[in-house]
Amino acid sequence: MSYKNLSLPLLILALAACDKSEAPTAPANSGTVANELIVKIGASSPLTGPQAHIGKDNENGTRMAIEDANAKGITIGSKKVHFELLSEDDQADGKTATIVAQKLVDAKVNGIIGHLNSGTSIPASRIYNDNGIPQISPSATAIKFTAQGFKTAFRVMTNDAQQGKVLGEFAAKNLSAKKIAVVDDRSSYGQGIADEFVKSAQASGAQIVAREYTNDKAVDFTAVLTSIKGKRPDLVFFGGMDPQGAPMVKQLKALGLSAKFMMGDGGYTPKLIENAGAAAEGVYASLPGVPLDKMPGGKDFSQRYEAQFKQPIQLYAPFCYDAVNVMIAAMQRADSAEPAKYLPALAETSYDGVTGKIAFDEKGDLKGGAVTMYQIQQGKWQPLQTIGGSTPAAAH
Amino acid sequence: MDILLQQIINGLVQGSVYALVALGYTMVYGILGLINFAHGEVVMVGAMVALSITQVLAGYALPPMVVLLISLLVASMVCMALGYGIERIAYRPLRNAPRLAPLITAIGVSIVLQNLAMIIWGRAYHAFPPLLPDSPHIIAGAIINEVQIAIILVAVVMMTGLLLLIHRTRLGRAMRAVAENPAIAALMGVNINAVISITFMLGSALAAVAGIMVAANYGIVHYYMGSILGLKAFTAAVLGGIGNLRGAMLGGVLLGLIESLGAGYIGDLSGGFFGSNYQDVFAFFVLIAVLVLRPSGLLGERVAERA
Repeated sequence: MSYKNLSLPLLILALAACDKSEAPTAPANSGTVANELIVKIGASSPLTGPQAHIGKDNENGTRMAIEDANAKGITIGSKKVHFELLSEDDQADGKTATIVAQKLVDAKVNGIIGHLNSGTSIPASRIYNDNGIPQISPSATAIKFTAQGFKTAFRVMTNDAQQGKVLGEFAAKNLSAKKIAVVDDRSSYGQGIADEFVKSAQASGAQIVAREYTNDKAVDFTAVLTSIKGKRPDLVFFGGMDPQGAPMVKQLKALGLSAKFMMGDGGYTPKLIENAGAAAEGVYASLPGVPLDKMPGGKDFSQRYEAQFKQPIQLYAPFCYDAVNVMIAAMQRADSAEPAKYLPALAETSYDGVTGKIAFDEKGDLKGGAVTMYQIQQGKWQPLQTIGGSTPAAAH
Repeated sequence: MDILLQQIINGLVQGSVYALVALGYTMVYGILGLINFAHGEVVMVGAMVALSITQVLAGYALPPMVVLLISLLVASMVCMALGYGIERIAYRPLRNAPRLAPLITAIGVSIVLQNLAMIIWGRAYHAFPPLLPDSPHIIAGAIINEVQIAIILVAVVMMTGLLLLIHRTRLGRAMRAVAENPAIAALMGVNINAVISITFMLGSALAAVAGIMVAANYGIVHYYMGSILGLKAFTAAVLGGIGNLRGAMLGGVLLGLIESLGAGYIGDLSGGFFGSNYQDVFAFFVLIAVLVLRPSGLLGERVAERA
């Protein structure tokens, strides 16, 4: 259910529907229509709050994959399958995520695509594990997510250790930053990637001159940046998402800091450029995987996405798309949508998706994932260098 | 030294915004004894409306100053209507209800406004166009840009104007009378409902101005921006003594300074034990300290000054 087409007089109605719209709708076609198998895919991301635009992007990517699968007409166990998306708002909040997770479990979902944040994926993963429901996070990068020993937790994105290592080395070696200031938003993701960045940058010979913090709702960073300014760094690294990244780089420039500005995958969005304006020029960010237009099905995917949702891809939509397809492919191989039956098949995934080749190691992490460094040049994200990973042959 | 000065400037700018928003809380509290938790959302609506106006006017190639003034005017009017509406619908029917009831409707109004804004303006962060030149001025090594100078000036002008209004006009006298004792004021021929409506409208207009100042300063608006700002401003109002106009101003500026100096220096002073992640904690620590040590706030005892 989308709010976009609702006209003003319907607003109140829409508001009242807000609560219900996400709930499993159980009318007509959810019963076992003759020889049709209903497979429920649960998805969860922040659909309200500061990261709502990225959360909606995740939901869009997931929805596209599910609609494609329904259009294709997949059969499992000699039954025609109808996939249903149950999308829930976790508000990027760990407590809410566990409630949402329980709700999805109670709705008897066959698998989970989510959550978006590490801070929500980790607490929710315990509930999915306890109920034996496979969970593929498209975007949670904290190491802990797959390090808890849960058989049900997978991700289709490189983790913070892989990404932080690339970022730190790139800052210290390629950009020859000697003095680096690090800020993070104290979320599982921001803290995790900042810590890995620090380790890697120090190992490459850089000195960390300041370690400062903010939160994922803040917009004013002048105090922190002023304090950093006194330490005269060559580079400022921010572990966090674009809602903070954009005003932070603006204020950094406004305060007259000449330091370079770098973020992880949380900064690699069109919104960062739009909202930071001229200050965005020269910002560095990384994204696991190869650049979208170098992804095997990347161009085609982004065109279809824009045609359907009338906006560019924000961030993780291709990863969500792949996550759903990996899950469906495992169900097909196991010839069952029963979580217990297709889980072993999921662990043995080898799938060529739009983001590249997807296979999991024994923990559920993406095997040999690539990380690409980007820089904003003339108001556009330009890929600089792809590090590691097995680039699929189809890439060009 | 330039770092210290820069932190003070940061604090003053932030504090001016807190002060303007805090006035809205304190005016309403002074008259009704009600904490209008929806006030932060009114700030957000002001910024959002201004954003829409600038988008509409973008095609007409008007000078930025004119665009700013028009959006300021429209946003103020929308917020005044909103403030009037909130009071009329959510608070007036509950005027004689137990004090908890209007507090809960206030929270309800705040949630409704936030969700309405999400439906109307979407979930995304919007870039607010730079209407004022943000060319930096360097004072003794510290940098201040024109938007920030404007924020401080506008805040001072608005606050002075408000003080004059309350203390020098008939309307102001009526407001003070209602604050002191609504029943007696009514007996003396003051139209209480009108005075209360005007108070809400004034507070909302200040909120609209604050919203545009925040939008112009950070260049970013979002349907969520009002909630934390509202809480901080509420803290500022309590710090200064809620119900007291001068207290709200003082509290706002002090809170801005405490946050900025606190976040800037606590890491160095405590040897890294506390860090700048405590920036928001300072505000709420101050709130708790004030409530425990001096519940009436810094200027709270001058009850006669309430408006």
